[in-house]
Amino acid sequence: MDPDKQTIIGSPERRVDAWGKVTGTAKFAADYSLPHQLYGKVLRSKHPHARIVSINTGNAAKLRGVEAVLTAGDIPGSRKFGVVVKNQEILAGEKVRYLGDGVALVAARSAEIAEEALRLIDVVYEALPVVSDPEAAMWEGAPRIHPEGNVFVHHKVRKGDIEKGFAESDFVIQRRFRTQFIEHCAIETEAVLAEPAEHGGVKIVGSIQNLFSSRRSVAAALNLDLNQVQLIQATLGGSFGGKDEVMTSMCCRAALLARATGRPVKMVNTREESMLESYKRHPYAMYYRWGAKNDGTITAMEIRCIADGGAYASMSPFVTWRSVVQATGPYACENVRTDVYAVYTNNNYTGAMRGFGSPQVNFAIESMMDELAERAGMNPLEIRIRNCFRRGSVTATGQKLDHVVSLQEVLEKAAGEIGFEEKWKRYRAATEGTHRRGVGLACSYRGVSLGAEGADAAEAAVSVQTDGSVIVSSGITDMGQGAGTQMSQIVAGVFGIPLGRVRFLNTDTSRVADSGPTVASRGTITGGAAAKNAAEVVRATLLGVAGEMSGISPRDLEMAEGYVVRTADRSRLASFAEVAAECFEKGRPMHGIGWHRSPKTTWDEATGQGDAYFTFVYGANAAEVVVDTETGKVDVEDFVSVHDVGRAINRDAVRGQMIGGVAMGLGYGLLEEFVLEEGIPAQHNFDEYLIPTSMDVPPVKTVIVENEDPAGPFGAKSVGEPANEIAAPAIVNAIFNATGKRITELPADLERVRLGHALRRPGPRGSALKETEQSLPDLSCKIRPAER
Amino acid sequence: MNVTVALSFTLNGKPQELDVPPNMTLLTLLREEIGLTGTKRGCDVGECGACTVLLDGRAVNSCLVLAPQVAGREVVTVEGLAPLGTLRPLQEAFLDHGAVQCGFCTPGMLMSAKDLLDHTSEPSTKEIREAIAGNLCRCTGYQQIVEAIEDAARRKNTAR
Repeated sequence: MDPDKQTIIGSPERRVDAWGKVTGTAKFAADYSLPHQLYGKVLRSKHPHARIVSINTGNAAKLRGVEAVLTAGDIPGSRKFGVVVKNQEILAGEKVRYLGDGVALVAARSAEIAEEALRLIDVVYEALPVVSDPEAAMWEGAPRIHPEGNVFVHHKVRKGDIEKGFAESDFVIQRRFRTQFIEHCAIETEAVLAEPAEHGGVKIVGSIQNLFSSRRSVAAALNLDLNQVQLIQATLGGSFGGKDEVMTSMCCRAALLARATGRPVKMVNTREESMLESYKRHPYAMYYRWGAKNDGTITAMEIRCIADGGAYASMSPFVTWRSVVQATGPYACENVRTDVYAVYTNNNYTGAMRGFGSPQVNFAIESMMDELAERAGMNPLEIRIRNCFRRGSVTATGQKLDHVVSLQEVLEKAAGEIGFEEKWKRYRAATEGTHRRGVGLACSYRGVSLGAEGADAAEAAVSVQTDGSVIVSSGITDMGQGAGTQMSQIVAGVFGIPLGRVRFLNTDTSRVADSGPTVASRGTITGGAAAKNAAEVVRATLLGVAGEMSGISPRDLEMAEGYVVRTADRSRLASFAEVAAECFEKGRPMHGIGWHRSPKTTWDEATGQGDAYFTFVYGANAAEVVVDTETGKVDVEDFVSVHDVGRAINRDAVRGQMIGGVAMGLGYGLLEEFVLEEGIPAQHNFDEYLIPTSMDVPPVKTVIVENEDPAGPFGAKSVGEPANEIAAPAIVNAIFNATGKRITELPADLERVRLGHALRRPGPRGSALKETEQSLPDLSCKIRPAER
Repeated sequence: MNVTVALSFTLNGKPQELDVPPNMTLLTLLREEIGLTGTKRGCDVGECGACTVLLDGRAVNSCLVLAPQVAGREVVTVEGLAPLGTLRPLQEAFLDHGAVQCGFCTPGMLMSAKDLLDHTSEPSTKEIREAIAGNLCRCTGYQQIVEAIEDAARRKNTAR
């Protein structure tokens, strides 16, 4: 019997943090306050692109209750930050590049006084031409957002010979797809409380996703050592990738104000501020051209994607790298040429969001697959199974998949659960009525964790108390997804104790090692592996002590059900707590550090070849919709989500990730679009930006597939992002089945479904825009593709 | 400036007497004056439901209620559900069904659910979904929350 099968690994345990969350005692960042705290506010830009001529803060500083007014010149250290390219400014000095750029800071005795002070700051701008269309931004002579030019990323994949591949094809399918800006919409907005520390440094509690990168920027801005900057994660009210750079700038700003005033400074974004400043999911323009044979074999794929990076580089180089690796989907093709670009514009900058470069390309790939099915005279399930990767397949980047590749399994389970083939045929033949039904299918493969993006290692610490209770801490953060529970459950599994005996401490940069960012669905596989290693260190010590207590060799002992037991006859020798107490009496270490470094990956930037990720996960979604052909309204009536997660550590948590991922994907597919008109957001709060409610999301059937992978702890891999990345194409394919109309732009809202295109205003509106427009001699970049 | 009005009301079963500015919202009163931070601020315009509390037993967005409006009335917040740390069946059900992820919407969800369960003994799935339609959740996709509320209704009826 597998020793961990009798433990709590896999069990739907209660989350370790849920008690606090149902009683109102969980403390989120905005719930922290300190005596004599001040409130910080940011003055943001009035133009999407402008030179700053002058800033006069005199009147604001004189306002009663204002304690500090700062501009870029007041930053003692580095003004710039950025994980890949350091070109984002804590406060804009010479130029603003999007409407969310901060130009001045105020700390005051109340948020109201701070806001009043912002209105007294006089900034003179010289407006510059606004670049809002990423494809136009690539043109020769387009106004430059940064001195080095607008195209800042070009990733390639080159495999085989596409000319030969197209020559061998019987037909070619060519389509352009577009996706939209998406807001993360964590229900908690950004918040920090920064406090001057006794050693001249600063301590910050906040809603921070990636504490170590934010810490680096705070230290650089204030000329401090890393050990003088302590960042502590408050209970985080959702992130989805969205509390990274925007929190770095907030941490730096609050720390600067705390330094300037010597007082604690609290900053909390309103929803409007959050939507205005925060980065979004990248909109992509995608040009897909596939050659195929009449039997459905794909002979060539030529793919070109342009990602709108907005004003700053942020995570674009990494987001687009995942896109280039996964742009062909999980389908065999000998001849591939993929180019993915990221370009600067004066839109909100774009960065990490759940999926990270996959939701966009998956929409294109899975739409193409259905078109291919039509042309080849096959159904969408047959065409996918015919072309999908199997164990031993070689990907577009030349990587041989040497693990269980479960695409056929997940596809057949999703299709079987929804009754796909029979319904697809029946709905396809139905052409009457105003309410048409359709079913759609989508699948994906996804590289686990960071891959060849960079170093991939994490630390966890496990500390056993003398009463047998356990404290787990890690550099991997819980953002609400449940990483803390997964790590705690793994530790409980190693010790054979109930989860209720384990506490998880939120990440504190001064107490655990830099573990990189909690992104890329690496929480369980990387943090969990580190936690397992840490627990095993202490377990060995405890079993040694138990051996001394019982006179039995530790090799013949195990930990189960809260006891140390003899393996041979399962007899209980001592409780876990008794062994822990004895361990303390004997002066043995009850604290263990676990480190986990992921297996090596390789990448050749010139050819786009390499073992991009150390392992992959596989998933399939199936949707059934009803389309009202008179209004374009789409109701999702049934949904099946199937994911191979390697091994579920906590079944309820995995299921929650899968359903939540579908809900977010449904929003992406049908509802959500953060509209920017010449760099000016059209939405500011949830009354304008609509996310799915309980009435929009159908009951989702979840099927957890477990093909254990030796790369992960107890065989576990990932689920957070895979869960989100194929819902939209499944829905769009269902709309095609229902109506025979292919949606090539997201979201598939009323207009796009009913009319086949979005309703757009002919030009910019509003007095502010007119002002900008008049000062522009060169309007070339303001022309939208639709009007060209 | 600095005008205040005297306010008396009942909060989680206990009488409160204080002076508040007339334009202060109930949400700000709870979080910033009284220090009960369990009630959350997500949008401040009555769209997200994170600030939901019970006012005379019915769910309201506390960001849309002015503090003086609660004079003489009864307010219950998430902190009032289990004052002594003994969870109610509704809270237990949320734990058992994985209905909590980040937890930011949870206090509001609980209060909307409590309103429903206090007024409907055997709510249908549709009634449950309607009852929480004003509470946005970005993590869960709502299903486990709906299942938890269904279970809480059963637990309540069994206990009766």
